[in-house]
Amino acid sequence: MRRVIPLAITFLIGMFMLVDFFVPHHVVSSAAAEMKQWGTIVIAASILLGVGNLIRVHYKKISRKQEGWGYSIVTLSVMVVMLFFGGPWGTIQEGSVFNWIFLNVQVPLQSTMFSLLAFFIASAAYRAFRLRSLEAGMLLVSAIIVMLGRVPLGQFLTRGLPEQATLPWLTETIMAYPNMAAFRGILMGAALGVMAMGLRVILGIERSYLGGDK
Amino acid sequence: MAKGSDIRNIDRRFIFVLVLAAVVWPLLHPLRLPMDISPPVQSVYDAVEAVPAGSIVMLAADYSPDTMPELQPMAETFIRHAFRRDLRIVVACLWPASPPLVEQALGPLSEEFGKEYGTDYVNLGYMAGGIVTLLGMGASIPETFPTDYGGTSVDEIPLMLEVENFDDIAFVMEVSAGTPGTREWVQQVQSRFRVNLASGTTAVGAPNFYPYVQSGQLTGLLGGLKGAAEYEILVGAPGDATSGMDAQSVVHALIVCFIIFGNIVYFVSRRSEKRLAQDV
Repeated sequence: MRRVIPLAITFLIGMFMLVDFFVPHHVVSSAAAEMKQWGTIVIAASILLGVGNLIRVHYKKISRKQEGWGYSIVTLSVMVVMLFFGGPWGTIQEGSVFNWIFLNVQVPLQSTMFSLLAFFIASAAYRAFRLRSLEAGMLLVSAIIVMLGRVPLGQFLTRGLPEQATLPWLTETIMAYPNMAAFRGILMGAALGVMAMGLRVILGIERSYLGGDK
Repeated sequence: MAKGSDIRNIDRRFIFVLVLAAVVWPLLHPLRLPMDISPPVQSVYDAVEAVPAGSIVMLAADYSPDTMPELQPMAETFIRHAFRRDLRIVVACLWPASPPLVEQALGPLSEEFGKEYGTDYVNLGYMAGGIVTLLGMGASIPETFPTDYGGTSVDEIPLMLEVENFDDIAFVMEVSAGTPGTREWVQQVQSRFRVNLASGTTAVGAPNFYPYVQSGQLTGLLGGLKGAAEYEILVGAPGDATSGMDAQSVVHALIVCFIIFGNIVYFVSRRSEKRLAQDV
């Protein structure tokens, strides 16, 4: 019964949402809208589970002094600090401590982490982007065209040439034809996969989401 | 062999210093390189221009601080464009970090254009749920976002009294850094509710969405900092993105130089290694 009931709920709700997509009757759509509200509430509630799990994992790491346990202390401390300031004094008021920390600590830290990518990409480009095969050569030439064509320098370097020979035009052509063809193939494949997986879940063939071995 | 190996294994800090110089130098001494407008960006601008004045448009902001340099200029320029055309803006976010970032743009721009919160624009803030939230908005936006970002009930916000679902939204600008984002908006909202949708994404994400532009599911696309800069130019308000393009130009050129130089070193050292092997 522990498996039959969840499978039955999944089947009924899955089928009902499918019916909602194809039957635009107000009775169906209003019931489906209600279910979507439940879905939002369930997902929002799962954030609490996430917080609980975060505390459990890092507490375990700290108590066993596993590798990197110092970072776990930082993680939990920051979470407590943000909860402390966010709870009683609110998260959004201009001038609130929570908002100040978000704008003056989290924003620059996250921006810095992302900006570091430029340095690592430059280093990786020098060390790893090698012309070892025909495919690698095609990738390398495309990358150079797109990198220069996506910035004004590419337009500047090829000014005066016929339009079809300019880097921006070549870039748009690469993006609009070979790139798009490849991504369209990927999208179609992924869509078929999602449909198959959806059917497997609704029909109870795929049960891994229930947890356990079977 | 030793020399080739030395150059191949060059201290990465040397590369980092060059990249730093390539970023800082153009910011201090702008090159002011010319920039044409690409078709997907022109389409975004044209789509906003085609929306009748007074209509309600939506800014779907789904990004976090890490992608701010690329995406914040897009959000700012869209808000500026909409305010200038007397369009009313509803902001909705599927990422928890987005609402305060959009607030940073809404505050100064609403003052500049004399727009009033609640009648000319509203920030509904963040709602968890991703795809489920999008589908819920298709049925009822007020029920999906019962309060705004500040906690005020949407029933007390005049602008929201005119909004029930996507039928009341003339245009959606989705500024997205990942999932949930543009793909979910296209698959769950545009295809089902026939919303007039455009997107602004990071440069690394933009290639994923070209099929949607070609199929007409996206009316236009702003790709990365360049897309943002082109949009700023079209709107007539060059800002952070435009000034950042010089730095990006020089860094891209530097990376291309690294690739070419790295390959020359690779081939030269490989040839000398082969010669040494033959000699032995």
